[in-house]
Amino acid sequence: MSKTPIRLTVNGLPHEVAVEPRRTLADALRDDCGLTGTHLGCEHGVCGACTVLLDGEAVRACLHFAIQADGHAIRTVEGLAAPDGSLNPLQRAFWENHGLQCGFCTPGFLMLATWMLEQPGPVDEARLRHVLSSNLCRCTGYQNILTAVRTAAQELGKWREGATPA
Amino acid sequence: MNWTGRRLPRTEDPALLRGEGAFTADLAAGARAVRFLRSPYAAGRILSISAPDLPHGALLVTGADLEGVGPIRPELFRFNYRAISQPVLPRERVHFVGQPMAAVVAATPEEAEDIAEAVLLEIEPEDPVVTIDDALRPGALTLHPEAPGNLVVDGVIRHPGCEAAFARADCIVELTLRSGRQNATPMEARAGLAAYDRATGRIRLTASCQMPHMLRTGIATLLGMAEADLQVVAPDVGGGFGQKMALFPEYPLLVWLARRHRGSFCWVEDRNENLIASAHSREQRHHLRAAFAADGTLLGLEADILANTGAFSCYPTTCGVEPLMALAEYPGPYRLPTYAARARALATNTCPAAPYRGVSRPVVTFGLERLMDRAAAALGMDPVALRRRNLVTDFPHVTPTGLTLDQASYVEALDRAVAAADLPAFRARQEAARREGRYLGLGLAVFNERTGYGTPAFAARGMGIVPGYEVVDIAMTPAGEVEVRIGASPHGQGLRTTLAQLAADRLGLEPSQIRVIHGDTDRTPYGWGSFASRGAVIAGGATQLAADKLAARLRRAAARLLQAEPEAIALRDGAAWAGEASIPLTEVARRVHQRSEQLSDLDGFNLAETAQYDPGGTFSNACHIAEVEVDAETGHVRVHRFLVVEDAGRLLNPLIADGQVHGGVAQGIANALLEEVLYAADGNPLTGSLADYLPPSAAEIPPIEIIHLETESPETLTGAKGLGEGGAIGAPAAIANAISDALSPFGVDIAELPATPARIRALIRNAR
Repeated sequence: MSKTPIRLTVNGLPHEVAVEPRRTLADALRDDCGLTGTHLGCEHGVCGACTVLLDGEAVRACLHFAIQADGHAIRTVEGLAAPDGSLNPLQRAFWENHGLQCGFCTPGFLMLATWMLEQPGPVDEARLRHVLSSNLCRCTGYQNILTAVRTAAQELGKWREGATPA
Repeated sequence: MNWTGRRLPRTEDPALLRGEGAFTADLAAGARAVRFLRSPYAAGRILSISAPDLPHGALLVTGADLEGVGPIRPELFRFNYRAISQPVLPRERVHFVGQPMAAVVAATPEEAEDIAEAVLLEIEPEDPVVTIDDALRPGALTLHPEAPGNLVVDGVIRHPGCEAAFARADCIVELTLRSGRQNATPMEARAGLAAYDRATGRIRLTASCQMPHMLRTGIATLLGMAEADLQVVAPDVGGGFGQKMALFPEYPLLVWLARRHRGSFCWVEDRNENLIASAHSREQRHHLRAAFAADGTLLGLEADILANTGAFSCYPTTCGVEPLMALAEYPGPYRLPTYAARARALATNTCPAAPYRGVSRPVVTFGLERLMDRAAAALGMDPVALRRRNLVTDFPHVTPTGLTLDQASYVEALDRAVAAADLPAFRARQEAARREGRYLGLGLAVFNERTGYGTPAFAARGMGIVPGYEVVDIAMTPAGEVEVRIGASPHGQGLRTTLAQLAADRLGLEPSQIRVIHGDTDRTPYGWGSFASRGAVIAGGATQLAADKLAARLRRAAARLLQAEPEAIALRDGAAWAGEASIPLTEVARRVHQRSEQLSDLDGFNLAETAQYDPGGTFSNACHIAEVEVDAETGHVRVHRFLVVEDAGRLLNPLIADGQVHGGVAQGIANALLEEVLYAADGNPLTGSLADYLPPSAAEIPPIEIIHLETESPETLTGAKGLGEGGAIGAPAAIANAISDALSPFGVDIAELPATPARIRALIRNAR
């Protein structure tokens, strides 16, 4: 199948790659850009392991064709830490609160939470649960993922106390 | 500094958080892609497999190509086991939808899929055996000639006096319960990458697996190759939960390709393949009869256990793993004077069964704890009092199946949980809610969990391949860091951190000075892996023993250097101390390696030791309490509260321990409410996507409260008992009991899991 040249800006860096029109954004990031931090858990849009930010919006990279992202800006898990590798507040909260076990779903949760924390307005418990229920984790029972994102939101001044967790 | 017992964040995490993990598919660059063609029929005879012209460089591999490759044929020498065989690729018959029939190789996964779609499979279908009842039906298709009547395992235990116990019982409670089929559903599906090394002729198989050493032995045997020419690497593994213990046919095929075609071949399973063709579990039907005295004393138990174990027998545990675990562990935490049981594994044209977190004990606990609630109702007793009357209180206690229960806290866990749940307050809420037409329920489950068992337990099962021990090699480098090489193979359990904590304390070092190396048969001693709630107990015990041996070496060397007696040397803060005098361990290490003329008369050269550990096993215990609300119109269940009182002995890292409980409970809640693999009558799977098979999200899992008790086990070196599976074991029963409590006004209760909205609506409808 013939390939189409496209230009992606990933974590601020330009990537010029040629892809088949059927190639998903997730495969292009992993195989053409060499950024394997974005994981594929189901390839049908349910698990959210492949969540990335496309022009600031959280999307399933498995449900986008790479050519749809031509000319657009993408952020992936590889772009979260500082250039020296030090973790950002969200990553650190995952670490300190044991928000990951096998770590396979983690990049998707990090990008989903990054999106949520970048939206205007505060986050409360109901919104936290609602947004994080977009993705699946099989190891943690979600308890420490919720704690981690809550902790990061507090540290970033984005948390609003509301009803107790239910 | 005591590192063990601290909530230490894991050393595993920073790389995973930066997206720098290395899962199998992340390493596939440059490899040719493999796509498996899977049977579209549940049962049938293969007439032909053919492809139109293959593009240059592409391959189609069928069973006919695999001359000399043996079938997967695990053995069990007890319980009337019939050894059945699974060909790597079949030549004559297919036995389940999803069974690999052929493999296509191409430059990219997309091309391989295109070619696979064009391959013609000619199959003459047969009438399949899908359910337990199908398998038992006279005249049903026989899957394997070695197993007439599709009976692969038939284990019987008959304790003397069982009939007499029922004859003198004041109350007999009967129960038939069904457990739906499940898929462990690790977030990373299976994956393998086999690479040929031209310089050495060796193959490296990188695979998302739980037992790399076993996989190596198994594949080398099947392919008739030198085991020394195969290296198996488990890189970062995205969850396993038992599913990735098995030797699946896809892996030997990859190694065969790499050997035959001297290249690199990668297969990354998609979610549909994982859901229909990896391994299933838990499809069981138990018929139970329990005899009670009028005062609530349990007098005897009869159990008839049927397990639908699918088309083949999983390697190495065999398909006996589920029914035989149920057979052995039905007494649970209760004093049971007499017991009679039969446990059968039935072959059907469905995906083979393999261990999944808890192995049968979620079903056993569902059975026992439903029995207790039903008996309490029949006897007019308080369910808590009935349990308390029958729980084992004197340890050690030998069960009728010969298991020894070590020191535990069955009654204390129950009492703590009941107190924390505040039953009187709940009953008042329940009463008030019922007046508004809302149905609240509270359910509890008490259970024990056999953990950390070594060779004797597996040998008692009569397994042809007996796992159990773990070996740890430890060495201090000339610069003073410590390398711990373990045969076990964690995949999310945080052993790199926990074992470093244990070793650090024995050596007077910090965990950051300890490197735990795992998941590579070239770099670690032969061992088994992470499964059966054993890592902290067995790999932990072996690590502790190895570290002690190394510490003794360091003490002797330091004693010479400090001119003191070895017994007077203490290791702490990175140094060896004799009173006020000290020498850094880095200096001791340097002297042993580089000035060996001063020290080698003591213990020889270098600082390397090895230790092995093979414990008999221990029992963790817990009490789970669930509070639910059932919508009687829709059948929807909402879990409002989940409380766990867990006793897993000494906690090595409570942060990690809590995480294990959380994850297990979430899987248990899903087991109770959401997840079920379904087949149509023709053997076609109906749950081939995550929109049909439903792992829970954060919206379905309530906050999980945990209270730890720490009854240290006398049976383990670390004092720890295992806890990897407990969450998944207790939660289904607690939820089932809670729903039953909620529905008590309708006079119905839960005997089948998952308790889906449709099932709950049917129960209520039929009661009206």
